[in-house]
Amino acid sequence: MGVTAIGASVKRTEDIRFITGKGHYVDDVNRPGQAYAYFLRSPHAHATIDRIDASAALKSPGVVAIFTGDDIAAEKVGGLICGWMIHSKDGSPMKAGAHPALAQGKVRYVGDHVAVVIADTLAQARDAAEKIEVHYTELPAVVDTAKAASSGQPQLHDVAPNNTIFNWHIGDKAATDAAFASAAHVTKLDLLNNRLIPNAMEPRAAVGEYDSGADGLTLYTTSQNPHVARLVLSAFVGIAPENKFRVIAPDVGGGFGSKIFIYAEETVCAWAAKKIDRPVKWTAERTESFLSDAHGRDHVTHAELALDSGGKITALRSHTIANLGAYMSTFASFVPTYAYAPLLSGQYGIPNIYAEVDAVYTNTAPVDAYRGAGRPEAAFLVERIVEIAARETGRDPAELRRINFVKTFPHQTPVLMAYDAGDFAAALDKALVLADYKGVGQRKAASAAKGKLRGIGISAYIEACGVAPSQAVGALGGGVGLWESAEVRVNPIGTVEVLTGCHSHGQGNETTYAQFVSSRLGIPIENVSVIHGDTDKVQFGMGTYGSRSGAVGMAALAKALDKIEAKAKKVAGHVLEASEGDIEFKDGKFTVKGTDKSIDFGSVALNAYTAHKFNGQELEPGLKEGAFWDPTNFTFPAGVHICELEIDPQTGVVELERWTAVDDFGKLINPMIVEGQVHGGIAQGVGQALMECAHYNAEGQLLTASYMDYCMPRADNLPSFKVDTIETPCPSNPLGLKGCGEAGAIAAPPAVINALTDALGHEDVPMPATPQAVWRAAQKAVKRAAE
Amino acid sequence: MVHVSMAVNGRAQSADVDSRTLLVQFLRENLRLTGTHVGCDTSQCGACVVHVDGRAVKSCTLLAASCEGAQVTTIEGLAQGGKLHPMQQAFQDNHGLQCGFCTPGMIMASIDLVNREGPNLDEATIRHGLEGNICRCTGYHNIVKAVAQGAREMGAGATTKAAE
Repeated sequence: MGVTAIGASVKRTEDIRFITGKGHYVDDVNRPGQAYAYFLRSPHAHATIDRIDASAALKSPGVVAIFTGDDIAAEKVGGLICGWMIHSKDGSPMKAGAHPALAQGKVRYVGDHVAVVIADTLAQARDAAEKIEVHYTELPAVVDTAKAASSGQPQLHDVAPNNTIFNWHIGDKAATDAAFASAAHVTKLDLLNNRLIPNAMEPRAAVGEYDSGADGLTLYTTSQNPHVARLVLSAFVGIAPENKFRVIAPDVGGGFGSKIFIYAEETVCAWAAKKIDRPVKWTAERTESFLSDAHGRDHVTHAELALDSGGKITALRSHTIANLGAYMSTFASFVPTYAYAPLLSGQYGIPNIYAEVDAVYTNTAPVDAYRGAGRPEAAFLVERIVEIAARETGRDPAELRRINFVKTFPHQTPVLMAYDAGDFAAALDKALVLADYKGVGQRKAASAAKGKLRGIGISAYIEACGVAPSQAVGALGGGVGLWESAEVRVNPIGTVEVLTGCHSHGQGNETTYAQFVSSRLGIPIENVSVIHGDTDKVQFGMGTYGSRSGAVGMAALAKALDKIEAKAKKVAGHVLEASEGDIEFKDGKFTVKGTDKSIDFGSVALNAYTAHKFNGQELEPGLKEGAFWDPTNFTFPAGVHICELEIDPQTGVVELERWTAVDDFGKLINPMIVEGQVHGGIAQGVGQALMECAHYNAEGQLLTASYMDYCMPRADNLPSFKVDTIETPCPSNPLGLKGCGEAGAIAAPPAVINALTDALGHEDVPMPATPQAVWRAAQKAVKRAAE
Repeated sequence: MVHVSMAVNGRAQSADVDSRTLLVQFLRENLRLTGTHVGCDTSQCGACVVHVDGRAVKSCTLLAASCEGAQVTTIEGLAQGGKLHPMQQAFQDNHGLQCGFCTPGMIMASIDLVNREGPNLDEATIRHGLEGNICRCTGYHNIVKAVAQGAREMGAGATTKAAE
């Protein structure tokens, strides 16, 4: 294919194995002599475990071993941790209840892990599990997010009275209250951010394997961050020391956040493989994924917006109850605090903000980051309340936004974030034109003539990603740093291997990273391999999530390439008998300035490894450099999405007629890949707005535990999208990248609901706006119109 | 236990298996053809689509035992002599995949759609025809473009063949 350029839509090299069925996902891994694990899960939302009798099950054909929480505790295996400390308003630390890999004494959600059966075949393990007798005493369950902290509710963890994990806040309450007191207009809004289940198409899976000769443990796992998994399992869970523990995340079929966390099943597979000295393999059935993958969102919020008489927003305040589920997942506390409230200024210059967040336990699956992780919740709040404020004060929604946009950068918000660069008005202008906003009146009339209701909705979102500066992370309670690493190994004949601590599970990093190296070094893209996902190959890295593999992962690569270039120039200088300072590097060639003496990259590589032309003591042989990049700031992708839809009031069915997106992601490495990320994010956001909801009944049974009941967008639920960009380069990394992976999921829900409520004459519809919910609202709207 | 035998990608295959064995399990575990994937447990996601006697079938919903004597084609059997099937090529050309997990089933279902509806497919037909395949990554936009191109190329190939 030759040398590639930054900004070119280069086709993906990893596609070949996927389109020919030669991908290597964890369930494709089969190790000699492997045994199969089946997890016995609690059928009760809340119960004590009085006794487990596995005697009959142990005699079942093919059974190798059965383990319970008591067995694991006896071996001093630590529990699963939450790695982000949040303090309450009173300074007290969050109340983190113990989270053992297999339940100890009590089960706290339907699907909680009670025992593991390991057998020669999966069928035998399943059959044996049915013979285990578990004696439970059922307890009442609490599932309602809004009620979990009220007095008299069933208590999940002794350490957390009133099921309260923390009461957190950010912003200046006094100044905000004063601004509200003197406001010309106050808009109030109660909203729910509906609980979602990420549903990557590949179910979670794990294979643990122990080599007793070398005392080496290997874990194959569906992870977005194998090094973090190894760190947590080694340092906190105590499975094995890091230097004797290899974690491999091979091809992973989507993550969207759900595969960041360290889960019970992979922990048990790793531990059990060592215990029984046979490989142990587990793959989730889809229903297990529904029950026990980390869920997302689940906020109950009251918000208020204060405006002056000129339509300028003077203050925003909110109170949110965030449901974290039955146990704190790995990053659960970060999502409804620092990933959420610091974005409540939106694209607007809001001078006063005060946000309170109460996090609660309920008898539901643990909740953690899911595509957008806190920023969709913030954008939904801001873009709904601004829209309603516009309608209440008789202003065009686009114009109310425009007069409140931040116009000069950098801009310090009152909630920590300092926006570095952007042009919010330019994105809005472009989106309005592309969406033919002016013509919507005619289209509304045409729809009405057919008996349909047409609406248009704007979402002007901003988000913070490219996670993140390590010192800031530490100061805010994070237990890890969020830098990234890259090693560039030039081989003697000039091919290159990039070892990155980021992971690729759909992002196309094998192509974009190679594309970047190809363009920097002037070598064909076929000569560049990108290696990730194996702790034996890549020394350490923090993985892929939070839209960081470009802004942080590629920045580390850029830094390593700087070092490669510097060393290569030294070698070239010796070969060309010129001083290093006289060497120029361009289009793959090193040239002595002002002459035609040159040498290509491949020859420099060979010289570096033969070391014939220089003194190997003064200049070390070889051409291999590593770098760690610690971001100086979050990055701030922002943009405008406009949704236009048509409702059939007879059925409540919503047709998305057109979708326009104008996003500012800074510089683009590969526009084709960026657009794909936007498409996928929009689809998930539409799913949240119109279809998806994880619904527990009052007894804590998950009613939406398969694709029969949890509705995911299909191809015929979505239109084709009009996706465009503007570009204000990001000042905080050498490539000017902001990141693009989550933007669609952040922007879409308010765009849909704003369009829907526009069509319905402002009748509010909670998410998910299913046909039933829309029909009900349409009846109300029709009735009101008639009055 | 039951004895099953069928042709898979042109090769005769047989084995003694637990009678509960699904076709997808036979392919993945007995034959180690792991390109066909399992994404759900209610026959909805389509990651397991293969062709049985020339028609798309969800292999998670079929017992291996009921494929006695059948001709089964999986994703691994599409490329001929190192040359990609036009539908496979179209998915790469149009960035119709990201994580790749739904892709084998998506490609097999798309080929079947063309076999049934012909090579000139409009957007609505493609979107409706892929109702049985869920993708969580792409938002379907590029899949639709890929299928339209793959369909056209399949039609052009058929015309060329017919003319020869």
